[in-house]
Amino acid sequence: MILSINNVEVTFRVGPWFNRQPILGVAGVSFDVAPGETFALVGESGSGKTTLANAINGLQSISNGDVTFLGERIDTTSQRNMKPLRQQMAMMFQDPVGSLSPRMRVGDLVAEPFHIHKIKANIKEETERLLSLVGLSGDFANRYPHQLSGGQARRVGVARAIALNPKLIIADEPTAGLDVSVQGEVLNLLNDLRERMDLAMIIITHNLHVVHHVADRMAVMYLGRIVELGETESMFRAPAHPYTAALLSANPEPDPDKAKERISLPAEVPSLLARPSGCEFHTRCPWVQSRCKSDQPFANGEVRNIACHYPLSPGDKLPVKQSSI
Amino acid sequence: MNILEIQNLNVTFDTEDGQLRALRDVSFNVPEHRIVGIVGESGCGKSTLINSILGLLADNGQVEKGKILFEGQNLTELNSSQLRELRGVRISTVFQDPMGALNPVISVGTQMLHIQYRSSLSKSEKLDNAAEMLRRVRIPDRESALTRYPHEFSGGMKQRIAIAMAMMMEPALLIADEPTTALDATLEVATIELLQDLQQQIGCSVLFISHHLGVIAELCDDVVVMYAGEVVERGTTRQIFYRPMHPYTERLLQCDPAGQSERTRHLPTIPGEIPDLRLRTPGCIFAARCHCREDICDSTPPEVEIEGQSARCHRLVA
Ligand SMILES: Nc1ncnc2c1ncn2[C@@H]1O[C@H](COP(=O)(O)OP(=O)(O)OP(=O)(O)O)[C@@H](O)[C@H]1O
Ligand SMILES: Nc1ncnc2c1ncn2[C@@H]1O[C@H](COP(=O)(O)OP(=O)(O)OP(=O)(O)O)[C@@H](O)[C@H]1O
Ligand SMILES: [Mg+2]
Ligand SMILES: [Mg+2]
Repeated sequence: MILSINNVEVTFRVGPWFNRQPILGVAGVSFDVAPGETFALVGESGSGKTTLANAINGLQSISNGDVTFLGERIDTTSQRNMKPLRQQMAMMFQDPVGSLSPRMRVGDLVAEPFHIHKIKANIKEETERLLSLVGLSGDFANRYPHQLSGGQARRVGVARAIALNPKLIIADEPTAGLDVSVQGEVLNLLNDLRERMDLAMIIITHNLHVVHHVADRMAVMYLGRIVELGETESMFRAPAHPYTAALLSANPEPDPDKAKERISLPAEVPSLLARPSGCEFHTRCPWVQSRCKSDQPFANGEVRNIACHYPLSPGDKLPVKQSSI
Repeated sequence: MNILEIQNLNVTFDTEDGQLRALRDVSFNVPEHRIVGIVGESGCGKSTLINSILGLLADNGQVEKGKILFEGQNLTELNSSQLRELRGVRISTVFQDPMGALNPVISVGTQMLHIQYRSSLSKSEKLDNAAEMLRRVRIPDRESALTRYPHEFSGGMKQRIAIAMAMMMEPALLIADEPTTALDATLEVATIELLQDLQQQIGCSVLFISHHLGVIAELCDDVVVMYAGEVVERGTTRQIFYRPMHPYTERLLQCDPAGQSERTRHLPTIPGEIPDLRLRTPGCIFAARCHCREDICDSTPPEVEIEGQSARCHRLVA
């Protein structure tokens, strides 16, 4: 395994200064990533994906658990020892323009990883090579980030991430804001690198169509926990956790007239300040039973991990809605 | 009636390497009570178009030619304070980068109070309004959320707060630049429904930019397709998705991974590079990458209209 994370928790304190309260942004997450594997993290907006990525990468300190990368504990490593490890682990941030310093030109931004890690290389040549790899012509080197379109800024992020041939890329929404053709180019590029250099990838995305095509395994997050984890194909074919099923059924399709059978969830997202008892999804689950309100389910299963007392089987129909008069 | 008419809009940017033509002869309408989507490649000028409407072009950019008629008034002739007036009230916008719309050092609640400055409601009523909007975009812990700062929210939560703020204005025209990129599929669908509701309730029009063809298909009534600063095709959503006329539209739809039924690691792309916007030749803008290119494509393509759907392509007259 190139990366193992075990029971990771991240705590934030929120609220006014006189009444700070702790919330768990990530509430005990474990998984491994193998060399060359593409692992997708999907789930509800606000479920802790970006926070988890930052915890793996050492940008966010963790309040519990451990993170092991290339055999070394990252969470306890000093900043100095972290540096060579960081060279092996590249990050593509969710906010493409915000993550680029506004005063640096594109060429310098792409060259920056070489300077930070004091790598000797023909920087001019490398910059040109990297920019053309991500489909930006040479004249972009002179531009400032605010002179780029959203998609162009994201491509600069890809160029920076692959600059030093990392072993693991953590890509937070790497294709958000890209048209489908450029999205294909970026994903194909990452896939080529994966094949050539055994690059492992954690890809965080809301684009389920992308996940379906590129990820070997996927994990679905809800309220800071993984509710289901398994092989991508089998999860798309037969989602077992009700939240996974609802998420996959929502996926908008590029067909204006297609009838969609969606599992609609109650709008009210639970509070992190007062997590629901029992199964934390029970407040929104269409299949909820009385046990779900009191006992917390834990992920189990060898190939597929499912945190649910009553996992769905293929063909399970939505329960008839009980009207609440 | 059209709430917005863009007529022959041309916008350029001055750069160190010469002048860049970001928009060229862009024309389309946003009719009253309709939701119009814009799709197109990354960098084709969608955000530039919005910034031109709002009078927020970067310093090195200028409208060279053309009209932007909003409720019959040409916006390119207004001064900056008149535009500011309009932006706050009649036109509200969800920008591509939600952090750009939110002030990082002011709490979300205070920002949501500020945008209601025109209203005569009491402070607590305004806060109730704000909390109600947050509920509609499904932000949990509303009371606590109002006291928090933007960085304490996830990417998608910031996006939803920006949507909530834009909707609170009850504008005549809502412009949304990729407002769902950080939203999961359930929220994306919820946002589509919310925008449709809002459109019904207050009868506004919506100009909606997205690369997510599924969202466009489900939300929009009409679609405008752009390529390298030009409008290459426009029509109703059904026309565009079921019977595209322009080869670029055809290719774009084929590249959507949602359309690939077999799982593949190698996703389809449109071969070739986007044209350099500094060197504009007279021919068809898409010719260099087009799968049905012919010699005639080096001359200006005609605009052909069939049943309200129109496209700029030589193939259509043959
Ligand atoms: N610096 C912070 N201070 C306080 N709370 C935070 C902070 N960063 C994140 N959170 C909270 O932690 C939770 C998880 O946020 P995170 O950004 O990890 O979500 P996400 O899964 O990446 O969501 P999205 O898909 O919307 O980007 C959210 O409830 C968020 O409000
Ligand atoms: N201030 C500027 N100076 C020079 N060029 C600019 C400036 N702003 C934008 N551009 C260029 O103008 C073109 C259009 O940019 P715009 O941001 O409008 O694209 P977009 O269609 O919104 O793309 P995306 O889908 O990636 O957000 C791009 O090629 C971009 O690099
Ligand atoms: Mg995130
Ligand atoms: Mg844009």
